[in-house]
Amino acid sequence: MSTMPQGTHLGMPVSIDDLDLENLAYFRSCAEGVFRLQRGRRSGLLRYPPTTACPWTGDREYDWVEVEPRGAVYSYAEVHHAIQPSFREHTPYLVLLVELDTQRGEPSEHEALRIIGNLVTADGELAPPEVVAQVGIGTRVRMVFNPASDEIAIPQWTIDETAEQPVPWRYPE
Amino acid sequence: MTDIDGTSPPYLRNRYAIAGIGETTYQRGYAPGEEHTTRSLATWAVGNAMADAGITAADVDGMLSYSGNDSTFSPFVAGDLGIRLNFYMDCFGGGSSTEALIGIAMGVIEAGMCDTVAVFRSMNGFSQVRIGGTGARAAAPVSGDALHGRAYGWGSAGQMFAPTFMRHMYEYGTTPEQVAHVKVAHSKHASNNPKAFYNQRVTVDDVVSSRMVCKPLHLLDCCVETDNATCVIVTSAERARDMRQPLVTIRSVVGRCSKPRLDMHYQHGPITRVAGYYAKDILWPNAGVGPDEIDITGSYDAFTFTTMLQLEEYGFCAKGEGGGYVSSGIIELGGARPNNTSGGHLCEGYTHGMSMVIENVRQLRHDIDDSCPAGPDGRRVHTYDYAEGGCRQVRNPELTANLGWAMPATGSALVMQKGW
Repeated sequence: MSTMPQGTHLGMPVSIDDLDLENLAYFRSCAEGVFRLQRGRRSGLLRYPPTTACPWTGDREYDWVEVEPRGAVYSYAEVHHAIQPSFREHTPYLVLLVELDTQRGEPSEHEALRIIGNLVTADGELAPPEVVAQVGIGTRVRMVFNPASDEIAIPQWTIDETAEQPVPWRYPE
Repeated sequence: MTDIDGTSPPYLRNRYAIAGIGETTYQRGYAPGEEHTTRSLATWAVGNAMADAGITAADVDGMLSYSGNDSTFSPFVAGDLGIRLNFYMDCFGGGSSTEALIGIAMGVIEAGMCDTVAVFRSMNGFSQVRIGGTGARAAAPVSGDALHGRAYGWGSAGQMFAPTFMRHMYEYGTTPEQVAHVKVAHSKHASNNPKAFYNQRVTVDDVVSSRMVCKPLHLLDCCVETDNATCVIVTSAERARDMRQPLVTIRSVVGRCSKPRLDMHYQHGPITRVAGYYAKDILWPNAGVGPDEIDITGSYDAFTFTTMLQLEEYGFCAKGEGGGYVSSGIIELGGARPNNTSGGHLCEGYTHGMSMVIENVRQLRHDIDDSCPAGPDGRRVHTYDYAEGGCRQVRNPELTANLGWAMPATGSALVMQKGW
C-alpha cells in the first residue's frame, strides 16, 4: 500500500515513490525550507542531484548536510516554445544551471555543484519577461522554495538582491 | 594534426562490412489509407536492405534494433519476413545507437552466435511518438528523478542540451550565424537528395530569423521529426564480398562512450566538452587513421550545434574553433570534407543516426541516389556539379567517419572504408 507523497507544482501533479528514499529526503528538506545535499562519508564530498552512492568513491554511506544555496548562473536555457502546458503562459522562461559557491572547483578543476532551477521572483512566481531579460551567465542568485504540498517543495532561483551583481553574459540580441 | 600509430592493435579492422542498406520514405504524416505501423515500416526497410545486399531471408540470422519504447520488436519483423533468428536483441536508446549496435553485431558474429545481422530503427517520429515529449505526454505527471528536470520545464533534447550550447558561445565566442552554416550546408545537400523531406536551400539569415524555440536554438537549428525506418546489414567482409554491392568495410567502431557523471554531466565539466573527447582515443587508434585522412563526415545533426561540437571534439578542428570550421565551407559538398551529404536529420529526416551511416555507405560505393543520369550499365554517371538539383556524390571517397550523438555526455562513432 503506497503512501506516496504527492503535490501540485505549476498545475502539474508531482509525486515521489515511497521507495525512493534519496529523493524523498531531498524534497522533504526543501519543504522545511532547508537546502540539504548528500555528503559521502568516505569522500567528504557533497553531490547533486541525489544519488545512491558517491560518484567519487562508490561509497553508499552518506549524511544529509545543510548547504548555503547561493551561487552564480553558469549557463542557461531560455525557453520560448514551451512543451508542457504548465509553462505555456510563462514564456519565455529560464532554466538556470547555477554553480554553488560551496565546493566550487572540487575535487577537480572543472567540477562543481551545479543546481538546476527556474528563474522566479522573490515570492516564487516564474519571472516575467523584463526580469528574464536581466539575467545571464554570472548573475548572482539565491534559492527560494515553491511548495507543492506539505511534504514536497521545488527549489528555485531568484536574483540575489543583497549581492553585488556583475554585468551578465547573455545570448546576443 | 593527426598523431596516430598506424601499427596499433587493429582489433577487427576491415574484417566486417555493411553489406546492405535499406530505407522507407521520409514523411511527416500519411495520406489516408497509406498509414504504416512501426512494424510495417521496419519490415519495409529491412526488406529493402536485404534486396540491396542481394540476399534472402535464409541469409539473415541475426537482428538488432533500438528504440525508446516507441517501436516494434525483432520477433515481429523477422516473423513477417520469414527470417529464422539465431540471435536478436531489442535495445533501449536513440541517437548514437547505430554505431554501437554495429559494434555489437560484429561481436556476436565474431563469437559465433550468428552470421549476418540486420540492424533496424523504425519510428513514427511525427505521427506517433515525437521526441520532445509533446502531445498527451506533455501533461504527464512528474515523479522521482524527473523532479530535477521536467518539473522545471526542462525535458526535451533542445532544452536539456541548451546549457552546453550556450556555454560554448560564452567561452569561445561562437556566434549564431556561424552555427547556422550547418543548416545551410545540409540544406544544400538535401536539395540534391530527391528523398529528403526538406529539400529547399536556406540562408544564414533564414536560420537566425526563424522563430526562437529554446535559446540558443531557432526553429531551423532543430532537426525535422519524421516517420520512417532504416536498416543496415552487418556481416563478415568475406561474406559481403560475395554479395551484390561493392565492399564497404568497418575500420573502427566506438559505442556509447560517455563522460563521467552521465546522469547529470553538468556536474563534471567542462560542460562544453562532449563524449567525443573520450571516444576519439578509441576511434582513431583502432582505425589506424586520423581526422586528416577522412573524406566525408557524418556528424549527428539533431541540432546545428551537435554537428559542430562533435567535429571539434574528434579533432577535425581545435576545441573552441568549431564555429569557424562549420562556417568555412569545408563541410559543404565541394568543400574539403563535406558533412551529412544527404541533408541529415536537419533536412532529410530523423532516424536516430542510421540514415547518416547509410549515406556514407552509398558514398563509399560511389552510388549516391541523386538525380544524375544513368549510364549504359544502369548506374548513375556522376557529374560532381553540386548546383541545386544536381549531384551529391563526392569524388572517389575512401574513408568516412560517423559521429553519433545521444547527448553531450554520450556518443558513438564509426570509420568505414571503401574495399578492404
